[in-house]
Amino acid sequence: MKKVAVVGVAQTRFERRIVNRNYADLIYEVTTGALEDAGMTIDQIDNVITVSNDFWDGRTISSMAVMDACGAYGKNVSTVEGDGTFGAVYGAMRIWSGSFGTTLVVAHSKSSEGSLPLITNAMFDPLYYRPLGLDAISSAALQAQAYIDSRGANIEDWALVSVKNHGNARYNPLAQLPMDLTIDQVLASRLVADPLKLLDCSPISDGACAIILAEEGRVSESKQKPVWLKGVGYAAELHYLGDRDLSDPQALTQAAKRAYNMAGLTNPQEQIDFFEIYDAFSYMEPLWLEGLGICGAGGGGKLIRKGVTEMRGYLPVNSSGGVLSAHAVLVAGLVRMIEVVLQIRGTAGAHQIERARIGLAHGINGPCGQSHCVWILGEN
Amino acid sequence: MGRKVAITGFGQTHHAARRWDVNGLELIQEAVARALENAELSLDDIDAMVIGNMDHFEGINYVDTWSVEGLGAFLKPVFKVTTGGTTGATVAIAAYYHVASGLFENVIAIGWEKNSESDTTGAIITCSDPIWDRFSYSGAISSLAVEASAYMKTYGITERDAARVTVRDRSNAVNNPYAHLRKAVSIEDVMGSPMLTEPIKLLDICPRSDGAAAVIFSSEEKARKICPQPAWIHAVSVRHDTTWFGDIDYNRLVSLESASKEAFKIAGIREPFKELDVCELYLPYSFAGLKWMESIGFCGPGEAPRLLWDGKTDMSGILPVNPSGGVLSTNCIGATGLLRVGEAALQIMGKAEKRQVAGARLALATGFGGCFWSDVLIIGADKP
Repeated sequence: MKKVAVVGVAQTRFERRIVNRNYADLIYEVTTGALEDAGMTIDQIDNVITVSNDFWDGRTISSMAVMDACGAYGKNVSTVEGDGTFGAVYGAMRIWSGSFGTTLVVAHSKSSEGSLPLITNAMFDPLYYRPLGLDAISSAALQAQAYIDSRGANIEDWALVSVKNHGNARYNPLAQLPMDLTIDQVLASRLVADPLKLLDCSPISDGACAIILAEEGRVSESKQKPVWLKGVGYAAELHYLGDRDLSDPQALTQAAKRAYNMAGLTNPQEQIDFFEIYDAFSYMEPLWLEGLGICGAGGGGKLIRKGVTEMRGYLPVNSSGGVLSAHAVLVAGLVRMIEVVLQIRGTAGAHQIERARIGLAHGINGPCGQSHCVWILGEN
Repeated sequence: MGRKVAITGFGQTHHAARRWDVNGLELIQEAVARALENAELSLDDIDAMVIGNMDHFEGINYVDTWSVEGLGAFLKPVFKVTTGGTTGATVAIAAYYHVASGLFENVIAIGWEKNSESDTTGAIITCSDPIWDRFSYSGAISSLAVEASAYMKTYGITERDAARVTVRDRSNAVNNPYAHLRKAVSIEDVMGSPMLTEPIKLLDICPRSDGAAAVIFSSEEKARKICPQPAWIHAVSVRHDTTWFGDIDYNRLVSLESASKEAFKIAGIREPFKELDVCELYLPYSFAGLKWMESIGFCGPGEAPRLLWDGKTDMSGILPVNPSGGVLSTNCIGATGLLRVGEAALQIMGKAEKRQVAGARLALATGFGGCFWSDVLIIGADKP
């Protein structure tokens, strides 16, 4: 299998509501941004993967709106509907297949233009689940409660995650919610869906991002230091929440196992230097760390309490501020990959961590992390 | 091109206007089970899945995760691709890259749609830009009517010429036990059918169907063990060039010209009309069966009616087109492109039964959709 690297990245600033640019404008901004970052032209892009969702965009064939903006004219192009990490999977596959030397992957979202409860209610079974009013937040609350009940998780640890990630966001100029918080402020914030409070939840964000992938023989076309794709794994579990053990993210465990195997990681706890994971809600960060096998079941809270996951800790998690600080749906997972790339390049600016040789980026699809994608990126 | 990839199994549902007997998951399961049966494989042999449809037809968001139980994808890798009408072909091409990449050995591509649960036109109207394009090119038929009118005017094509395409596809469908519309029609039937949007009449346009398709793609090593005659992928090519209906050159299907040209080059095909043995073309309306033949390069501009009237594309002709009955007989939108790929593969595998084209060794399958976009696959009996 050919070696493939990320050689160009770009992201917009994430905002609650971007009113002066449409989807295509955002995609044009990150397409030209990623090309500029790499020092490449659109002629050097062999093929394109776009990431969009008809529900969030309020348009059928949502990819149509960005075909011109991403420079796909005359190129082989396809569209993944799901988190951007899955878009990167397809983009990399097309290089691994030997058909293309470079792939541009773009993702956009303007959640501000839609209704989150309606759009995420529509991901559930229409007969049995939708009438219950389930949406992304209320289903997450069920998972959070299951995490408490089965694994003894506690909400104070989650509050610490919120404090940490919003605190980290102060050093990331693109983040939407840089905040100086205390545990008490998080705990005292408005109850949204028991046991989740407002500051346990990620915001609604508008934004876009892009990455350029290149095979080994083409990385020299970029002026940037290549950051290599070392391993990837993805997997889905059952849809019906009642059939799942929500406190056991087994699809994540499966995805991680595949990614670690592909990357040749035998001892991921020791070998991975840092993590960018999909913390759409505060409880997700410790739960996903457990699913990734970084600690045992119920051990995620302890990592937070001991400061291990802080920016200056032994295993920094979401030093960018994470999804809690900017959550453009579909875009957010690809942003995790971009943040890992910036750290490994050593160009993360004020949120640069000290040891960043191998990083893990993670994205989710569906309710309560029904489907997970795990990427391992490294400097070698 | 990387690893060689072949189609080793194909399954489809019995398509109908309304499949009251099954829900979406069961429809998907029916196609997956038939594909596995066709390849004599079990779910354990499948490493990954890729699914596609159009969200707004059934109103289900995140179909890849919603469908896990129907797919049998528990703890398997799965994601969704979607590109409008081209979705079915897009899913096939995605499955091809899954295997060609070396990540997986056997991958299932699934396309489905339960149009009976949808307001098809209501959904499709929203693909056009809300401010500039939606009022003039609303829904699927209006832009096709513009295309047909331009083509008729430029080359002196008649509505009777187009009707000949419907007659061919609908009579082929009689041989396909899975087709939605299995009743042959005459030129007079087409000409006398109700006008929808000038010059498109009811029998000039595809139906909307409930149905699903599943196609298994395998690596070279697996393909030889699964299937005595795998259907090898020789080339894939995609062009989704346009965003605005107002930007389209309605005298040519530029995307199909460009994608076919690239695919023929990869596959080493110089004279497609002579070298190909069978075509499964995504022809959503009769006029496409003329003009798009020209875009593929089967004949010069304005010459397609001659091919049709001479019977060159009939089952008994030199290049049979749409032995399955095509899109004019069955149109479960997210599955439609994948049905073209599966049917083309069946021809190569020699499993097409009553609709088999004798000795078919090289086939062309296409997808059409979005803003006059095209996907092209070349499938052959010989390992590329």
